[in-house]
Amino acid sequence: MIAEALGASVSWFIPALIFVVFFHAHLKGVRVFEEFVEGAKEGFFMAIKLIPYLVGIYVAIGIFRQSGAIDVIVKLFSPVLRIIKAPTEALFVSIVRSISGPAALGLMMEIFDAHGPDSFIGRLASTMVGSTDTTFYILAVYFGSVGIKKARYSPIVGLLADFTSFVASVYIVRKMFL
Amino acid sequence: MDFIFSFFIIGGIIVAALNGRIDIILDAAVSSAEGAVQRSINLIGIVSLWLGIARVAEKSGLIAILSKAIAPVFRRLFPSIPKDHPALGCILMNLSANMLGFGNAATPFGLKAMQELQTLNDTPDTASDAMCTFLAINTSSVTIVPATIIALRTSAGSKNPTEVVAAILFATTCSTLAAVIFDYIFRFFSRRKI
Repeated sequence: MIAEALGASVSWFIPALIFVVFFHAHLKGVRVFEEFVEGAKEGFFMAIKLIPYLVGIYVAIGIFRQSGAIDVIVKLFSPVLRIIKAPTEALFVSIVRSISGPAALGLMMEIFDAHGPDSFIGRLASTMVGSTDTTFYILAVYFGSVGIKKARYSPIVGLLADFTSFVASVYIVRKMFL
Repeated sequence: MDFIFSFFIIGGIIVAALNGRIDIILDAAVSSAEGAVQRSINLIGIVSLWLGIARVAEKSGLIAILSKAIAPVFRRLFPSIPKDHPALGCILMNLSANMLGFGNAATPFGLKAMQELQTLNDTPDTASDAMCTFLAINTSSVTIVPATIIALRTSAGSKNPTEVVAAILFATTCSTLAAVIFDYIFRFFSRRKI
């Protein structure tokens, strides 16, 4: 019920937003089309400027993922997993989540196929994938777009937040569904 | 960033070599590079569209109105951004698009926010405090409507696809709180040497 209502209001949100923007601009006498094109031009160059950064981050992530290096990390962390009683697969989802969005969704669907979406690991994967974002991708793209070379403590904060989400997901899913 | 980049590539190659699968490295590198360009091409349309709309909103003064409205909350989170600065409006738009699950609309506003923040940054190659805070909140992403997850659960035949929404809300709130707190701690201890 609530989810349906939310879903309906969500599908209204973007059209309403665009309506308000143009209506307000029209009232204020803004030269709407000219300004739109000006902004779109900015967007075009921004997207072009991003290409080298995206290539860099995609290649690094592609190599890391397909080589099986993630499995090694998962193995390294397995003692910690035993303490917080999380399945190994869950950590794998969590790590993949912070480096590649599409890969995390793919992994989640694999888990749905293997164990069912209503299994413990299926719910856990849903929660973990839903509760954080693709940390490394965002950092690379956002910093790259304005030419920032030194990210300072951003990656560490991002990882700590991802880890918090992992622990919180395991905790709440155990609590709610077990 | 340099460290992570090298770590991924060097680590990946070493592991592949140890596993006797060194042949996949070239494949992975080339197909990822192609995927990245593909992704960027797709981005051109979306980013142009939303920055066009954002520009209209900026010229009409709508973004300034939004910035003013949220200034009291954001002043605590981003003490270094002056009141009424357009960066605040863009950050708000980015975070709210993220919350509602519109990744596509969120990215252009996020990039625009970074551009605005960069105009306030006096060391252009190093992230400013405000940028770090913004990205900490962004990467931990408060999600209210996890539309994609619900859709995928439905298509996988879940009996109750929305049962995880409460769990996601809990986990995402925890991680965002953690991000804000860690960001604050690191900012405090890393007073920038200029």
